[in-house]
Amino acid sequence: MTRTRKMALFLPFLVFALLAGMFFSQLGKDTQYMPSALIGQPIPDFTLVELQTNKVLTHQDLNQQGPYLINFWGTWCPACSYEHEYLMTLAEQGITIIGIDYKDEPDKALVWLEERGNPYHLVLLDELGNFGLDMGVTGAPETFVVNSDGIITYRHQGIVNAQVWQEMKEFL
Amino acid sequence: MNRQCIMLCFLMLCSVFSYAETEKVFTFNSQLDEKRYNSMIAELRCPKCQNQNIADSNAEIAIDLRNQVYSMINAGSSDTEILAYMVARYGEFVLYRPQHSASNFILWYGPFIILGIGLVSFALVIFNNARRRQTKREKR
Repeated sequence: MTRTRKMALFLPFLVFALLAGMFFSQLGKDTQYMPSALIGQPIPDFTLVELQTNKVLTHQDLNQQGPYLINFWGTWCPACSYEHEYLMTLAEQGITIIGIDYKDEPDKALVWLEERGNPYHLVLLDELGNFGLDMGVTGAPETFVVNSDGIITYRHQGIVNAQVWQEMKEFL
Repeated sequence: MNRQCIMLCFLMLCSVFSYAETEKVFTFNSQLDEKRYNSMIAELRCPKCQNQNIADSNAEIAIDLRNQVYSMINAGSSDTEILAYMVARYGEFVLYRPQHSASNFILWYGPFIILGIGLVSFALVIFNNARRRQTKREKR
């Protein structure tokens, strides 16, 4: 057997090692993770009513905000009440958070904000979930980072806490 | 015994009615539209409960997406428009039949490429063996 033929016998082993390495590197990853289709795009057009002032706002009204977060929440969502405390901390640090009251009733939302405090710069009502659909939301809570150019740079599904924020704040 | 049986049947029937009531009834402009709706919701993947299509899933978002497909079909949107709408919001992830693109080239065509390599090496081995046998014979 020539030398090259001997070497060729190692080929299956090499392929195996390569595949094993590839699979191993993927172990332990979040299988539910789904990248957002909106990263790198401006926020979709909307016309929504603000919860506290009853004013009709459009996407253009958000453009002068500078970098901000869009947080989908609802009084029906248990995880949102866990998240609320940390959002209050962020608001105290001067982070602008736009709340989207997702598939909720305005009365309940007002009571919620009164009882727990209001971390939101604005709260927009998305009672039917149409804006949520446009943002590719799958539930609440869900948080988007929008940079000063009005471009969506990051999306987090689930509760925002100190750990998540470490990664998230880089995208502001 | 007999009465109990009848009663049981009646109760079971009741549960069927109550179940049917929770399902929203869709009316379509044509039978074709209904077929399109059914095939469309079978082909779209639920973004929340990731191993189900939106036809099978009862997640809130799957219900919303079904309603969206329904209203788009009734508004006269084409299948490609509906798929484009979904992909723009939820990414290619929602397609159970992903589009062919550079990023998934290996997945679509990899097996055929490997099959090709196998066939070529098989042919080479056969060819080489035949040649070796011939040179041996010539030596004799």
